[in-house]
Amino acid sequence: MSVIALLIGAGGLVAAGFLFAFAWAVSAGQFDDTTSPPVRMLFDDDHSEDANVQPRL
Amino acid sequence: MSSPVSSAALPLDERATDIDTFEYDNRIVRNFMIATALWGVVAFLVGLIVATKLVFPGFLAFIPPLSYGRLRPLHTNAAVFAFAGNALFVGVYYSLQRLCKARMFSDRLSAFHFWGWQLIIVSAALTLPFGFTTSKEYAELEWPIDIAITLVWVGFGVNMIGTILRRRERHMYVAIWFYLATFITVALLHVVNSLELPVSLLKSYSMYAGVQDALVQWWYGHNAVAFFLTTPFLGIMYYFIPKAANRPVFSYRLSIVHFWSLIFLYIWAGPHHLLYTALPDWAQSLGTVFSLMLIAPSWGGMVNGLLTLRGAWDRVREDPVLKFLVVGVTAYGMSTFEGPMMSIKSVNALTHFTDYIIGHVHLGALAWNGGLAFAMLYYIVPRIYGTRLFSVKLANLHFWLATTGILFYAIPLYIGGITQSLMWRDFNADGALRYPNFLETVTRIIPMYAMRIGGGTLFLSGACVAIYNLYRTAASGALIAGERVQAPRLRPELAPATAWHRAVEAKPLRFSALVFVAVAIGGAVEYIPTALIRSNVPTIASVKPYTPLEVEGRDLYIREGCVGCHSQMVRPMRAETERYGEYSKAGEFVYDHPFLWGSKRTGPDLHRVGGKYPDSWHYLHMREPASTSPGSIMPAYSWLYDAPLDTSHTEGKIITLRRLGVPYSDGFEQHAVAALRTQAEAIANGLKASGMNTAAPDREIIAVIAYLQRLGTDIKARPAITAAPAPGAR
Repeated sequence: MSVIALLIGAGGLVAAGFLFAFAWAVSAGQFDDTTSPPVRMLFDDDHSEDANVQPRL
Repeated sequence: MSSPVSSAALPLDERATDIDTFEYDNRIVRNFMIATALWGVVAFLVGLIVATKLVFPGFLAFIPPLSYGRLRPLHTNAAVFAFAGNALFVGVYYSLQRLCKARMFSDRLSAFHFWGWQLIIVSAALTLPFGFTTSKEYAELEWPIDIAITLVWVGFGVNMIGTILRRRERHMYVAIWFYLATFITVALLHVVNSLELPVSLLKSYSMYAGVQDALVQWWYGHNAVAFFLTTPFLGIMYYFIPKAANRPVFSYRLSIVHFWSLIFLYIWAGPHHLLYTALPDWAQSLGTVFSLMLIAPSWGGMVNGLLTLRGAWDRVREDPVLKFLVVGVTAYGMSTFEGPMMSIKSVNALTHFTDYIIGHVHLGALAWNGGLAFAMLYYIVPRIYGTRLFSVKLANLHFWLATTGILFYAIPLYIGGITQSLMWRDFNADGALRYPNFLETVTRIIPMYAMRIGGGTLFLSGACVAIYNLYRTAASGALIAGERVQAPRLRPELAPATAWHRAVEAKPLRFSALVFVAVAIGGAVEYIPTALIRSNVPTIASVKPYTPLEVEGRDLYIREGCVGCHSQMVRPMRAETERYGEYSKAGEFVYDHPFLWGSKRTGPDLHRVGGKYPDSWHYLHMREPASTSPGSIMPAYSWLYDAPLDTSHTEGKIITLRRLGVPYSDGFEQHAVAALRTQAEAIANGLKASGMNTAAPDREIIAVIAYLQRLGTDIKARPAITAAPAPGAR
């Protein structure tokens, strides 16, 4: 059963990695705005020049 | 502010609107779409063949590479890695570029990823039917292919992360997080589970044994479903449902909570595949708890997907893309309800090893993965070919063929699985098994197997209609290989690459922590293998290593895929100990590289089969199963009677197993082949004495019989029986 140490270690490593990513995402302001991103993604592959030259929100 | 960008001298707000003109790479999306469609048909077709074999065991049975045991892993690998795998790459390559407002990082890496992945699939198709398999579910491919998978997967990851770092959109849309989690976790799972020691170019032994191997395998197996078939498809859901419905996701905040809670819970749920086995109880309970908790994020995600369509349900009636998405997400909800329920031990006792599980996974694979995959194809093809869908009618026909096909597939198997399981545990008033003959519980559900063939046929024909429709759609337009777009460049101080660099460099503490983690990984990698081998100490003194003939027989058992239908794990329940004998103990598997507990009982458990029947019974049974078991759906293994046993690797196998901690004495490998011959002679002579005059000691069947007769007998050994211990045991 010592293999569980490996799995917990590996799982913990991934979890730590994601925790780090989560901390980064929060501190980088990734989740500050939860209103515009879901709307913005609806327009982002419009081929017309206009849609792409919109100033960023 | 020391950015080398030429516009650095411009005022800030003008720099913010610097416009880049670039092209999305649609060719790579197109390539992955073709691969998805073609491999999908192959996967469904092979599935249909193996399903047919369960009703007509003679169907194509005379060709060894097309026997049930060898084709089943080909079917599962094709469905998971070829069909769903290519589909998830379609989703990532299409949506990532658009979400990042950037072309893929490197066209060369894209091509390397595409061709490398197809080559891996082809090599799977060229090895699995010929019996080159590790036998670990969804990780059957042998070590050289495992290495290739690692390289190609890393290529994919670098390409994806490179694109993310070069993005022109500061916010990372939630789908991107799902894709990232997919890459990182699958890489880790694959490497940990595939640690194996090669014997030859296409044969290796798992580094882990018995319980340890089982735990690693199902940690992998469960998370392969989680991070290969779920997270990337959730990313696809969060991109394509809003796009197809043209409305934002119901709650973006919920999608973020969904992502983080899902990934932190998922990785600990693997032991629910091993409930009531020889895995320690606390590990089983851990798996149950995390599996139950998983229902919250899973259903949060499902509800979020479905509620996105609020107020747009009228469009679901007309748009085949939305239809497939709705059925897919609903099936995701069903599957993620069944999953936690079946992680409860009492429910698991009923459903484990039965066809219920087969129904459950096909609901996920056909409706969730298949539904999202086809929705994507219908969405993308007209767009990148600059045209309209050739026929909405045909797409609707496909939808109904697929949906009814899934129902005709899953419902009979749900009924069959429960029926059979109840029969297994049915006692009469005297306290004896009501159906002591396992075969009776199989023949009862064959009508369900027949209905399943109908369901599979419907689904496959739907896929063929889809391919025709998509082909005609593509033919009516022209591929827009590079889609020209413009997007404002990110201001340098917000550019992700710089931010990342700075985050590490300017923070010595954080940097040291990362270095420590990196070093710790290195140390663990060196230490853990040795610790694992040392921990494989026999806990039951009478359990001995296999003899060379038994090792060869075991490898034939692996080659023929016997584990696909026969478990080697008697659970500690009265219905099982009555039927099979003493329940299985962890200490009995310490020399099993790999473990062969199995996950499905189409035939009876074999862990206590040793000594249950005479050699002659096995000899007749495997040549013509119906001769000893009338009505059996087991295929005949005539080729085992023709082919001489290949002993050229026997010596290498003993050396490899010793290196993995199996206590064969030094130098034993030199006598291994001689010991093998002696044991084979004895078995052949015994068979001749019982009237099997054609029995020759050098045939493969003799090794298989030797292995089967050894199974589960060590624990019964009292000094009298241990008279025949493994020669060479220390």
